[in-house]
Amino acid sequence: MTPDAAGGGTPPPARRIPWAAWAFQAGLLLVLLGLGAWLLSSTLDHLRERGVRAGFDFLKDPAGFEIGESWIHYESSQPFWRAFLAGLANTVRVAVPGIALTTLLGTLLGLGRLSRNLLLRAIATAYVELIRNVPLLVQLFMWYFALTELLPASGEALKLGPGLFLSKSGMSFPWPLWEAGHFWPSAIEWPEAGELNVSGGASVTPEFLAVLLGLVTYTAAFVAETVRAGIQSVSQGQWHAALSVGLTPRQTLRFIVLPQALRVIVPSITNQYLNLTKNSSLAVAVGYPELVSVANTAINQTGRAFECIAVIMSVYLALSLLTSALMNRYNKRVALRGGA
Amino acid sequence: MTRTSTRLAAALGAAALAAGLANPAHAGKTLDTIKQRGTINCGVSTGVAGFSAPDSQGNWSGLDVDTCHAIAAAVLGDAKKVNFVPLNSQQRFAALQSGEVDLLARNTTWTLTRDASLGFHFTTVTYYDGQGFLVPKKLKITSPKQLKNAEVCVQSGTTNEKNVADYFRANNIKIKTVVFEGFEASFKAFFAGRCQAYTTDVSGLAGLRNKEAKNPDDYVILPDLISKEPLGPLVRRGDDEWFADVKWVIYALIEAEEYGLTQANVDEQKANSKDPVVQRILGTSEDTGKLLGLDKDWAYRAIKAAGNYGEIFERNVGPKSVLKLPRGANNLWSKGGLIYAPPVR
Repeated sequence: MTPDAAGGGTPPPARRIPWAAWAFQAGLLLVLLGLGAWLLSSTLDHLRERGVRAGFDFLKDPAGFEIGESWIHYESSQPFWRAFLAGLANTVRVAVPGIALTTLLGTLLGLGRLSRNLLLRAIATAYVELIRNVPLLVQLFMWYFALTELLPASGEALKLGPGLFLSKSGMSFPWPLWEAGHFWPSAIEWPEAGELNVSGGASVTPEFLAVLLGLVTYTAAFVAETVRAGIQSVSQGQWHAALSVGLTPRQTLRFIVLPQALRVIVPSITNQYLNLTKNSSLAVAVGYPELVSVANTAINQTGRAFECIAVIMSVYLALSLLTSALMNRYNKRVALRGGA
Repeated sequence: MTRTSTRLAAALGAAALAAGLANPAHAGKTLDTIKQRGTINCGVSTGVAGFSAPDSQGNWSGLDVDTCHAIAAAVLGDAKKVNFVPLNSQQRFAALQSGEVDLLARNTTWTLTRDASLGFHFTTVTYYDGQGFLVPKKLKITSPKQLKNAEVCVQSGTTNEKNVADYFRANNIKIKTVVFEGFEASFKAFFAGRCQAYTTDVSGLAGLRNKEAKNPDDYVILPDLISKEPLGPLVRRGDDEWFADVKWVIYALIEAEEYGLTQANVDEQKANSKDPVVQRILGTSEDTGKLLGLDKDWAYRAIKAAGNYGEIFERNVGPKSVLKLPRGANNLWSKGGLIYAPPVR
């Protein structure tokens, strides 16, 4: 029994505390809510007093500025919310392939760090140490200026392979053509080098390329470390046992080690995915019109800094929560089940 | 429990602090605050040649910078008592709204939205600019209308972005803008050949061409202007005294040019001039300063420190400076330009 039982007539404190704690929690919540409301209303009052206009009504006004490249249809006569949407589409357009390529490159590098081949190991180690110790912004500038300074003008594009051209205006590549109502593409359009620029096919700008390359190479260094640590967290005994029952090293990795390592890898790789998405906001420095870049312009056209930053914050929050939710579902699949 | 309450106290403290920051000292006292502080906080650009740019020793120079010096001389009696706060185009408005700077002299275009909805007053125009295009000479382009399907580099957070969109939409020409956050990145990309044209105010283009291009002769500024860009300093609303001070220091510099007062002759004129207008400007007959909350030598000190408007123009952006800009619209009204000041009397 608890020592309280010996205390005689006084009620055990355990019965009183929940009530007090609840009251305290409720009071705290009220105070916090009140404080938040007061902060907000006093900010809005002061803004109004100084003749600063506030509110989200501007989202319906025509934006009036162009966005260099956009996934969804956008032109300057469309409203601000549409411009934000185009910016968001551009963020997603760089984040999704970025995450896929990062996973691929990071895993290969992580395995390279553990390779028995000295050269491979040295290269992977050098890569990780070099890349993760240089700020991402610097790397983005480096990629961007490498692409724009070194590549030939669009009139004399570099031919990398059949239908693959690279120039200051970006990269052009073949792209399938769909006819309305058909599931399979009817033809493939090949880009052709012309007098002034490359036409046909699909193309991506050097801004997009620089951001994608920068994000992928940078984040892959961190993913590599996560993968390496995950694999090393599986005890040596597992390797030995698997090899001793006759599995090849590759089979051991595939069937024994990786499934166990993934439990360690997935939660921390989720962080890297979130980082990659959020870091894409640095793209504003090299002229890629993602969400932050569009919001920056909007802030300047309207002066609604609070509101635009609130939009940026909520969009990144939503993106991050979505990524987390997806990764958590995946994590449940690879995590240990039951109490084992 | 104790731990929770300490945390609560800390949270309350932080919130109270935040609320305090959200309510900076109220307007009406800018001049008093400046006199007490002993320096003027002047918001400038992070480096626009001819307007506000630091040299290798960190000394600022330019037309906007000289305006700040003149105001400091008039208000504090010492042209050097200016604290220059470099601001990029996104930060500038928030810095003025929050009280971080007392005035913003950062080649900022006077527009309705900025004047009416951001809580600012534009004082007066110190430079009449217009937006133009810089193109490589080898493209043989003579008008912006030939920029069909071209890629145009532009810096974000400027009126330029909107003007470009308006102009090409009105002319039904498709172009692509490549928008950079930083000025540096935007022109580097242009000089690397990423874009076929670069657009900003002509004064900015002149600075780029003459200072940043490897060979200035490889680039031309197209003669067509696509917008009006009146540039000038702005202050927060709600402090009419400070608003008047900034305005009248600039007007005094313009009047000084009109009446032939220069940095060199202002002492001699102060001692000997019999011209009633000059006597009034220099405070030898009437004390105009007391109406502004200043002393009677305010205009004399401003002219002595920075020179008259014409001198400031010539020194920073005129034909003999790096920018080599003609006086054009920025000549005095009496010489065919737009620069006009109400009389100091």
